[in-house]
Amino acid sequence: MSALSRPFLPVLVRREHASLPVKLIAPPVALALATLLNLGLYILMGRDPVAVFHAMLLEPFLSWASFSEVLLKTGPLLLIAQGLAIGFRAKVFNIGAEGQFILGAIFASAIPIWFPQATGQWIWPSMLVIGALGGALWASLTAFWRVKLNANEILVSLMLALVAAQLLNYLLLGPWKDPNGFNFPQSVMFQYDAMVPILIPGTRVNVSLLVACAFSLGAWVFMQRSFAGYKLQVGGLAPRAAGYAGFNEGRAIWLSLLVGGFAAGLAGAAEVAGPLGQLQRSISTGYGYAAIIVAYLGGLHPVGILFSALLMAALYIGGDNAMVSANLPVAAVRAFQGSLLLAYLVAIAFVRYRLEWRHAAHGSTP
Amino acid sequence: MNAVEFVLAGMLAAATPFLLAALGELVAERAGILNLGVEGLMALGAVIAFIIVYQGGGHLLGFLAAGLASAALSLVFAVVALGFRANQVATGLAIGILGQGLSALFGKSFESLTVKGLPKLSLPWLSDIPVIGGLFTQDIVVWLSLAATVAIWAMFAYTKTGLVIRAVGENPKAARALGYPVIAVRFAAVAFGGALAGFAGAYAAVVYTPLWADGMIAGRGWIAIALVVFGTWLTSRIFLGACLFGAVSLASLAAQTTGLDVSSQLLSSLPYLVTIIVLGVISSNRRLLKLNGVASLGEPFEQ
Repeated sequence: MSALSRPFLPVLVRREHASLPVKLIAPPVALALATLLNLGLYILMGRDPVAVFHAMLLEPFLSWASFSEVLLKTGPLLLIAQGLAIGFRAKVFNIGAEGQFILGAIFASAIPIWFPQATGQWIWPSMLVIGALGGALWASLTAFWRVKLNANEILVSLMLALVAAQLLNYLLLGPWKDPNGFNFPQSVMFQYDAMVPILIPGTRVNVSLLVACAFSLGAWVFMQRSFAGYKLQVGGLAPRAAGYAGFNEGRAIWLSLLVGGFAAGLAGAAEVAGPLGQLQRSISTGYGYAAIIVAYLGGLHPVGILFSALLMAALYIGGDNAMVSANLPVAAVRAFQGSLLLAYLVAIAFVRYRLEWRHAAHGSTP
Repeated sequence: MNAVEFVLAGMLAAATPFLLAALGELVAERAGILNLGVEGLMALGAVIAFIIVYQGGGHLLGFLAAGLASAALSLVFAVVALGFRANQVATGLAIGILGQGLSALFGKSFESLTVKGLPKLSLPWLSDIPVIGGLFTQDIVVWLSLAATVAIWAMFAYTKTGLVIRAVGENPKAARALGYPVIAVRFAAVAFGGALAGFAGAYAAVVYTPLWADGMIAGRGWIAIALVVFGTWLTSRIFLGACLFGAVSLASLAAQTTGLDVSSQLLSSLPYLVTIIVLGVISSNRRLLKLNGVASLGEPFEQ
């Protein structure tokens, strides 16, 4: 009857047990599939596929200089994705992490912009804390709209991300514009004490990578070992059962969004207090959206996300390389990201299902 | 021309991208499919139409190719979400990111170029009425979009096709038991929605503001998805919602030209803020949502 049960097409048959090997092999298979598809696209565009492949997927790992840049980009992706994955497991789809990231950056920047003369080792830690709170505050709007007004959190969080981008523009073109900045939409450069200390000498990798790793450990303990994390997961897998067990849905939504906003805000703060050293229009290159892909590709598991964040960071650096050496537009990274998530979603279908070829008359039985 | 006349004359054109995309999403959602990739589908349609019109292929070919390209991309969504039963939210987001990436990739060498829009057609007599006369001077795509709105309303109200789509969205198991091909209907609904999103993008890029800039869809695909909720899955209310958003986006323009002292960033975020507020107001009326909502929206179907 339907398209998929016609005799000449294989059908998906539910497995008795979810397959762990497939789950582990799905991300690399998805990466291979997405790579093949995108190389095909580059050939159609008249680029040399070998050169692009080398620049995009190998070069980031071939020198310490570029690998340290990969580590630098891993920090924010890891933080945001760990926060998002907690919500996704509870089926709370916060897709506005980009906005929470921007608010984190804005809140953190308030300290050095309002107190440019301040000195002392307290400045950068308080920037991180205030940034994280700013992100959580922005996310709390979505939580309120969802819990109190029953509004869809996907749409509200995304709209708030678009508003956040305009708010950033407003600050950088207006009150927070550097008066000596030749009219560029950027703030003053921050003082030395507003910068997160460097972690690995000779690189730009700073202490915020440690913060991201600590947050990952916290996420692992919370999701895999705590009762509160268990309640969240039950709420996501079986909302009705969670209701009967007396698990509060509203609390799960608040928790998911606040944790996601906190992590994204922290990442935004670490970005302005780290590699950038000022508030700029281009503080985020789509980290909030890329982190959604990182979270899924890591199987929404804290350990898996460690690997997928590193991979996504390498893709960013590789995309920059390919722009320089193979003349590939930087938008190619976005197309790659999208196809990577699609390939992964296809690959994990085989965790729960297997393909079966049915012959002849079976096609018409319901 | 005063501000009221300005908004009335331009409202329908500004509303058209919202309207077309929202109508497409309505058909998909009525069949039970939540496709969150509209923003990317519109972006792809926009760039395809722009390239074709810029190369001299004409508007008709541009629109057709845009519709085809976006329908093809939405079929990728259908294969992953329906064929492989993947999470519809994640699949839609992936399609959205892919569509925006492809659009930026294809449009790279056309950045900031312009094309010629379409001429306006006036309805005789009606367009001479003072104040509201501007409403009756529109380009052909606006007129066709209005016709499409009526056709889709009639399809759901009076035809068997409309009933089958709704049955498949409400209770796929029962629809299947009655002998309707659930998955095939859903594939068709998604492809139809994709084609309309492609037209919506094409209208934005080659008629409404006939110039190419990366990211020019600027959240309109997401607002279209929100419009389906605003309209509580009813064609007539979705049309009204689209007009509201057309007027809001024009009002910000009008405010700027009349020199009101409001920052342009606040005006740019006006449509998003209105979306958030209206979404809160409508959604808090749970009965209204339940009454017209689609029972099995977003749930995978296994036969």
